[in-house]
Amino acid sequence: MAGTTTPPAVGMEEYVEPTWGSKLAYVWRLLWRDKGGLLGMILFLLMVITAVFAPIIAPHDPLEQNLRDSKLPPAWYEGGNWDYPLGTDRLGKDIFSRIVYGTRVSLTVAVFGVLIAGGLGLLAGLVAGFMGGKVDGAIMAGVNLWLAIPYLVFVVVIASILGRSLFNVILIFGITDSPIFARVTRGEVLRIRQSGYVESAISVGASTSRIMFDHILPNLIGPLITLATFEMSAMIFYEAGLSSWAERAAHWCQLGQHGRSLPSILAKLPWMVIYPGLAIAIASLAMNLLGDWLRDVLDPRLRRSRA
Amino acid sequence: MQRYLLSRLVQSFLLLLGVLIVVFFMIRLTGDPVSLMVPKEAPAEVREAFREANGFNRPLYAQFFEYLLNAFQLDLGHSLKFRQSNLSIIMERLPSTVYLATISLFLAIVIAVPIGIIGGFNPGSAADTVGRAFGLFGQTIPGFVFALYLILIFAVRLGWLPSFGRDFWYSVILPATALSIGGIGQFVRLTRSAVLEIRNEDYIRTARSKGLSKMAIGARHVARNAALALISVVTVQYSYMLGGSIYIESIFAWPGLGNLLQGAIVDRDFPLIQALAIVFSFFVVTLNLLTDVIYAVIDPRIRYGS
Amino acid sequence: MTKILDVNGLVTRFYSVDGVVHALNEVQFDLEPGETLGVVGESGSGKSVTMMSLLGLIPKPPGRVEGGTAVFNDGSDTFDLLKLSEKELQEVRGGKVGFIFQDPISSLNPTMTIGKQIAESMMTHLQLGESEARKRTINLLQQVGIADAERRYDSYPHEFSGGMRQRVMIAIAVACEPAIVIADEPTTALDVTVQAQIIELTQRLQKQMGMAVVWITHDLGVVAGMADRVLVMYGGTVVESALVDDLYENPQHPYTIGLLGAIPKMEGEDERLVSIEGSPPDLLQPLTYCPFASRCPFVFQRCWKERPLLIPIGKNHDTACFYDVERGAPRDHV
Repeated sequence: MAGTTTPPAVGMEEYVEPTWGSKLAYVWRLLWRDKGGLLGMILFLLMVITAVFAPIIAPHDPLEQNLRDSKLPPAWYEGGNWDYPLGTDRLGKDIFSRIVYGTRVSLTVAVFGVLIAGGLGLLAGLVAGFMGGKVDGAIMAGVNLWLAIPYLVFVVVIASILGRSLFNVILIFGITDSPIFARVTRGEVLRIRQSGYVESAISVGASTSRIMFDHILPNLIGPLITLATFEMSAMIFYEAGLSSWAERAAHWCQLGQHGRSLPSILAKLPWMVIYPGLAIAIASLAMNLLGDWLRDVLDPRLRRSRA
Repeated sequence: MQRYLLSRLVQSFLLLLGVLIVVFFMIRLTGDPVSLMVPKEAPAEVREAFREANGFNRPLYAQFFEYLLNAFQLDLGHSLKFRQSNLSIIMERLPSTVYLATISLFLAIVIAVPIGIIGGFNPGSAADTVGRAFGLFGQTIPGFVFALYLILIFAVRLGWLPSFGRDFWYSVILPATALSIGGIGQFVRLTRSAVLEIRNEDYIRTARSKGLSKMAIGARHVARNAALALISVVTVQYSYMLGGSIYIESIFAWPGLGNLLQGAIVDRDFPLIQALAIVFSFFVVTLNLLTDVIYAVIDPRIRYGS
Repeated sequence: MTKILDVNGLVTRFYSVDGVVHALNEVQFDLEPGETLGVVGESGSGKSVTMMSLLGLIPKPPGRVEGGTAVFNDGSDTFDLLKLSEKELQEVRGGKVGFIFQDPISSLNPTMTIGKQIAESMMTHLQLGESEARKRTINLLQQVGIADAERRYDSYPHEFSGGMRQRVMIAIAVACEPAIVIADEPTTALDVTVQAQIIELTQRLQKQMGMAVVWITHDLGVVAGMADRVLVMYGGTVVESALVDDLYENPQHPYTIGLLGAIPKMEGEDERLVSIEGSPPDLLQPLTYCPFASRCPFVFQRCWKERPLLIPIGKNHDTACFYDVERGAPRDHV
């Protein structure tokens, strides 16, 4: 069809390697389009800043006891003062400082827990997906067994056996959460391996490591990051649950009549519960919003089905 | 279908066996179970007597086989504290936990499914926006935080409802509400997305091309398929509620298994902890099996499939 | 004879996140009672959207039918389909117009017996009770060639082969003996041998019930074998319409000529359209010039400036082109 008149071609600009600035601008546009994701990102960044700069932000040492200042209400109530913005507990510990440092603990547990879980899960999932056969069968049997176990019960029990140090908690969450990552990784590996472009790469003799790094891993990043966000949210909330549960258990041990004591604490010192609870809920909200946004942005299959 | 069910049954049995193995070794995670169960300051003779009395001095494989053999005869050992069989203690507390979890599940379904259906049929509407926000709230707020807020408002401030124990018929309201909130969030989202997805299916277009009314399509074609998608989520949530009630039960001093577990952990009553871990796992495995059976009965693709 | 369907100036747009998709740009065609009209064109040409728009089956939002008339007249009733309320349309769908869709696997509800899926239509439109509908459904199943119909009534879709499922789809479409059956690529997903059986079955039922059939396809071979008349669509417009023999012997639109040139002549080969050089038109732009201009070998200045409308150039033969292929020069007076 030579010699035809065609309008000038458009949209054929030369490909330019994107700079960091343009990448950031692109992420910003994606965030601006989804206000929920934007809110999640802002809250998450606030959490990170709080965790990193905890000693600067917190007015007190979170463990410091000031018996003279015990049971103070938040600053804007009668009897409260701005030395203790959100009030103090029965031993005079500053609630606000405890929340600030608590953010640090929560994020540490969540980040390292997810790193361990993701690392172990990725490894197991890759091995299972690539080796197939008996190795796959054995790994998946283990994964299914672990998923048939009531997670929370085992976390609580293991924590009570090994002790509840930060290191142990991270390790427990990291190991107990890895099967989910293994399952997702394996599923993605199998899916990607069956897709046309990997089959053709295999047929032209690409090496296993080549296929892994060029084809499989880049495709795994999206689903795994999304999963990691949701799992971080779960860990934040299980960790908080675990420590408050353990505190109550210890308290129950001392008084032997916990059921009666909780309402009395809540009646006298409601801020002890309201603000830490709010902080956990906000953290969880942030991670959920962020996770939803990442899933929409990173998962091309979902993006297609939404269009 | 028989073959399918038989294979699921065998699978569940193997899972239970796996759980028993995991629990056995979990208790021995620190190397010496005696050090867990006997206070550190106890004299050496007491420790050795305890070791002897509970058979911890025998070879590991002998302990393991006796443990398995007992477990299959429904003997889950004896509690150190209560001095009676773990199973009888557990059976005594079981109804409370099942009662709480069942009411919570019912509450979650009754509240969340209609919200999800309305949202799925009218995406983008005001009702959908409110419903989604509610779902996000349920998914986001941790159950134990919600529980404390409920107590603060309804027990402490308003004084309407009891915050602990199971002394009145209405004692269950607060714990069940707290326990159901996570399920509500999940069900709202999943019902909504299931309805949305099914409405885009080709067979719904076929139903419309037949000239059926919206109500008929919703009731006959969407609802059944959406219910199929939801059943597995509902049973998984039920097992979460049975096992996940430990935080909630401890807050409300609910006399169930979760509270029993808390007490056992405080008292370092490891035989009881071990038995509880097995029972909680048994719930999960049984519910998984139940899910498969339900699908086999109501999903024609499995009922008549290979 | 009065036309059973007369469509003029049909405009449908989809309001997507990327912009407005101009899916149908003043589509015009008609249908005689009892005839078979083949509708051909590549994907995105508007074949399916046209038929869906007429009966309110396009997803709304994002779709909107924004103009035109579609007069339906089956001898007893006359009305404009585009002016009907949803409730009135429901009476037409399934009752006066039946549909057969492309993929018989996904187009049947997996959790409902095929008998019920057929009977449901009769119960809605013919006000039949359950047992009467069952009787007629079993009878219909036998007519569409499903053996052991009594027992198969209670079977589920997954228990059938692809071809058998398409027979069920046909039974659904003709359950209430409609005046028009719209078949949207009903054989695309099937084997060649099964294709022939499905076509034969449709033609038999068509004669028996006196229905008009609109057969949407991108397979010119199928159309040549069964259609009375052919509508060629491109870029959301009708570019040519003619009696089937006339069209094959004497194609007038450059696109049709391209299509026919692209038919492989080998018997038994895949006879689907081989694509013509160039890409289909961008439907995000409003159609202000000829949609085929960028791929047309005969294109000249005017084609870029205005849009050619469908004009009669012979008996029962219309085309939308400024260029007279036979004379080898632009047309006068259009």
